[in-house]
Amino acid sequence: MPNRDFIRQLPGGDVELKQRELFWHKLHIDWPLLILLMMVTALGLVILYSGSGQSLHYVKRQSVAFAVAYAVMLSIAQMNMLMIKRWAPFFYLGGVLLLVLVLFVGSGAKGAQRWLSIPGLPRFQPSEIMKVVLPIAMAAYFDKRILPPQFKHFCWSIVIVMIPTILILREPDLGTAILIAVSGISVLFLAGLHWGYFAISGLVTLCSTPVLWFYVLKEYQKQRIITLLNPNTDVFGAGWNIFQSKTAIGSGGVYGKGWLKGTQSQLDFLPESHTDFIIAVLAEEKGLIGVIVLLSLYLMIVIRGLYISMRAQETFGRLLAGSITLTFFVYIVVNMLMVSGLLPVVGVPLPLVSHGGTSIVSLMCGFGMLMAIGTEDRKLTA
Amino acid sequence: MSEPIGQLKDKHGDYRTFLKRILLSFFFVLVLFIVIFTRFYNLQVTNYADHTTQSDRNRIHRQAVPATRGLIFDRNGELLAENRPSYSLTIVRERVKDLDSMLSELRKLVSITDQQIEKFKQRPRIPFQSVPLRYNLSETDIAIIGVNRYRLPGVEVEARLVRHYPHAEIFAHTIGYVGRINERELKEIDRNAYQGLDTIGKRGIEKFYERELLGIVGYQDVETNARGRVIKVLKRHDPVPGKNLITHLDLGMQRVAYEAVKGERAAVVALDVKTGGVLAIVSTPSFDSNLFVTGISINDYKELRDSPDLPLFNRTMQGQYPPGSTIKPVLGLLGLETGVVNEHTTIYDPGWYQLENDDRRYRDWKRYGHGKSVDLRQAIAQSCDVFYYDMAFKLGIDRIHKFMVEFGLGDYTSIDQTSERPGLMPSRDWKKHNRGQPWFPGETLNTGIGQGYMLMTPIQLAVMTSILASRGERILPRVLKQIIEPLSEQNGQQQLAGVEFAEMVNTNNPIILQSTANWEYIFQAMEDVVHNRKGTAHGISKGATYRMAGKTGTAQVVGIAQDDKYDSSKLEKHKRDHALFVGFAPLEDPQVAVAVIVENGEHGSSSAAPVARKLFDTYLLGRQADMEPVIE
Repeated sequence: MPNRDFIRQLPGGDVELKQRELFWHKLHIDWPLLILLMMVTALGLVILYSGSGQSLHYVKRQSVAFAVAYAVMLSIAQMNMLMIKRWAPFFYLGGVLLLVLVLFVGSGAKGAQRWLSIPGLPRFQPSEIMKVVLPIAMAAYFDKRILPPQFKHFCWSIVIVMIPTILILREPDLGTAILIAVSGISVLFLAGLHWGYFAISGLVTLCSTPVLWFYVLKEYQKQRIITLLNPNTDVFGAGWNIFQSKTAIGSGGVYGKGWLKGTQSQLDFLPESHTDFIIAVLAEEKGLIGVIVLLSLYLMIVIRGLYISMRAQETFGRLLAGSITLTFFVYIVVNMLMVSGLLPVVGVPLPLVSHGGTSIVSLMCGFGMLMAIGTEDRKLTA
Repeated sequence: MSEPIGQLKDKHGDYRTFLKRILLSFFFVLVLFIVIFTRFYNLQVTNYADHTTQSDRNRIHRQAVPATRGLIFDRNGELLAENRPSYSLTIVRERVKDLDSMLSELRKLVSITDQQIEKFKQRPRIPFQSVPLRYNLSETDIAIIGVNRYRLPGVEVEARLVRHYPHAEIFAHTIGYVGRINERELKEIDRNAYQGLDTIGKRGIEKFYERELLGIVGYQDVETNARGRVIKVLKRHDPVPGKNLITHLDLGMQRVAYEAVKGERAAVVALDVKTGGVLAIVSTPSFDSNLFVTGISINDYKELRDSPDLPLFNRTMQGQYPPGSTIKPVLGLLGLETGVVNEHTTIYDPGWYQLENDDRRYRDWKRYGHGKSVDLRQAIAQSCDVFYYDMAFKLGIDRIHKFMVEFGLGDYTSIDQTSERPGLMPSRDWKKHNRGQPWFPGETLNTGIGQGYMLMTPIQLAVMTSILASRGERILPRVLKQIIEPLSEQNGQQQLAGVEFAEMVNTNNPIILQSTANWEYIFQAMEDVVHNRKGTAHGISKGATYRMAGKTGTAQVVGIAQDDKYDSSKLEKHKRDHALFVGFAPLEDPQVAVAVIVENGEHGSSSAAPVARKLFDTYLLGRQADMEPVIE
């Protein structure tokens, strides 16, 4: 036990500190991450109350979701990474199966089938499960392979990513599909895939834009892109949401209009103010200061995540932790740039703040795994 | 999957690659967070002003607060025009998912016609603004919609004030009405003054005193939500209500006059001799002026417009009739003044009159004449035409014209009403200019009995009678008596803010006769018309507790009655003579002057004079004395 010997040699004050570290370590809890998450959660509930039109109903439901999510997170944190790695193919197959199932028996609103009801379980979105499962599958796949990935492995991994992506696109749910693809690609990136692949993929995407435009994208999706490029074309129609969210954000100024005093959000000018566009509520009522606070918390979470992945002892843990963190980061970026009018409107919620139970649980699963990876017992794996 | 030999996993190398990528990720993360920050900084700090303006523009709307239109009262404070709240059903289209199912749902609750739905769908609209679907909801409708409102998102009941005339038919022509502002009016009015209003005075008092009644529009800044519902009023600048008008009109007299001639095509005017105030002014048939306020239906309007009885036509000032014998007192006055006749002058009336060198016989209305030694007094009392033929011939058209014009004939009376017509008092000049012919002596004879070219409106007849009654005092007939600043609420008590008096009588230019005895002579003659057993309107004196003066008239049908549109089947009735009566009472100190015309009523004595008696009774006694209609 080299570590323990080392600790004994430290001066008294540090002994306590290290003992506390050890305490959390035994519980498999990464306390800096936990505290950051709790701060975001608390802030999120406060904004949600305002964004939902001061509805305690939403806040209660969200709180229950958080309670469940924290429990799930702490449970997952206890799990053995080796076991997760071993079960990865089955998780993946199970996830894909659910995605196929949802296409046939799923339910949902506005012409999209995203929800699955299995007796005895709460209604859920299989795509949310895939958000957790895909990085595991990818990390597990590359754990055994030579890094940086070779072409053959690259191709296989693309297949692994594309199957769920395409299934989710069929629901259809463009936002989630993009995020799933990104989470898979982030593993490839962390695995050290040669830049050439990224360059070529980028080129291919660029060339296929016309094809996408004319054959793949739906009318409303095209409309969103047009709106993005020219926000003033149709302020009362397609551009309404973005126009109003930009107005909400901009009118908040540095200090904001005050909690529950945002005119855009409280008078219903801001659409989806409790889900995808909730950041506009924060920006309007708490101003740039509020945005900076939330951004800082997010940044610290991301940094902590990347730190955990750096410290992980195994390729699997590293890739998984890195992917989870980067996916979380992409969520934030896509949502905030979308709401502020720099990206087209795709349905991406603001992580841990937007209303939505499944999304929160799947995110917390990810953080549970981060904690599991971060508190892995070194002597077992060394 | 087996690993190829020589490509064993190099864990250390893996880690180095990974570390590089992690550091790169750090870099990406920082860059993108800076991008986000910059974007928010740009929106919230650099363009803060623009977005604040936009945000305020979203929620703050300036609404016009229309002033309450002034009320109109009769002389005793009876309401003649008021404002009533009316409720309309409106829909915000953006909040209704399926419009057609919503409409069919609404139709189950309240009655909505296909026409209303069509109109609703055609209305131009602004997003999130309510569009009216149906007006004039009843209390029951409002309650039904209120109860079901939870399942009718986007449906609202909106209240506004709508003009209402409690005595619509009785006052339709005089008070007039308000109606929707049309294209032509829109060009003429100051649009700012009419913000938030869609009606304007169209005729009668409502039009003439539009400026006083209108008031001054106010405004308020309101905070609305995205659905346009007003959350609160931020700032309010109260409107100044329109001024209230008190008229000379007397609801009781007006009602008596209206009831008396309701079934006829007739016009009645009663003036206050002392002030020129219009006590009653009725034109029948009338119409329901309330129909015009919220927009009359095409069918209703067609019916009114195409009716052969012309209900929209204001006979009291647009109707031009030959005055017939009603001008005889004034003409007699001229005869006395000029010395052409005196109280001893008599003529022989065989039933006709003939000019020298002329074969034509000018007939008296009484076939075999009024006999020997008819003097002026009898000529008036019994309406002897031959006496007047002779006198008119001796007077000549120039003197007749000059004197009649003094009594306001052939010119606007300038009553405070719209579309008055001037009538016609012919002269040599007039005939030369309009007919290109010289004046013939025979035409002077016709003028002498109020026929020929001569045309007068009932209001002119009333003014003439009033001048006669007041022995020469000219008057300006006026409907308006006082203008009153609206009641203002102060300390919970309503107070009169101020009173303005309408322009009073007096042109200060009375007609002065050389001998005032001439007035008395004519008065006596007119008294005889009513109170002498031989008088043409003797019937109306029965049971009278006061003395009155009058003159009947019968006018051969010309002018408006000879309308090509009239059915041939109706021609018979329409060819009958118009019945006229003018008079004043009480004789000793005349207070009220009345003019009555009943189209095709044949004899002034039977159809027109009793109306005057009823008005005198109402005015002088406050009631109607029992009186049998007497036929001569």
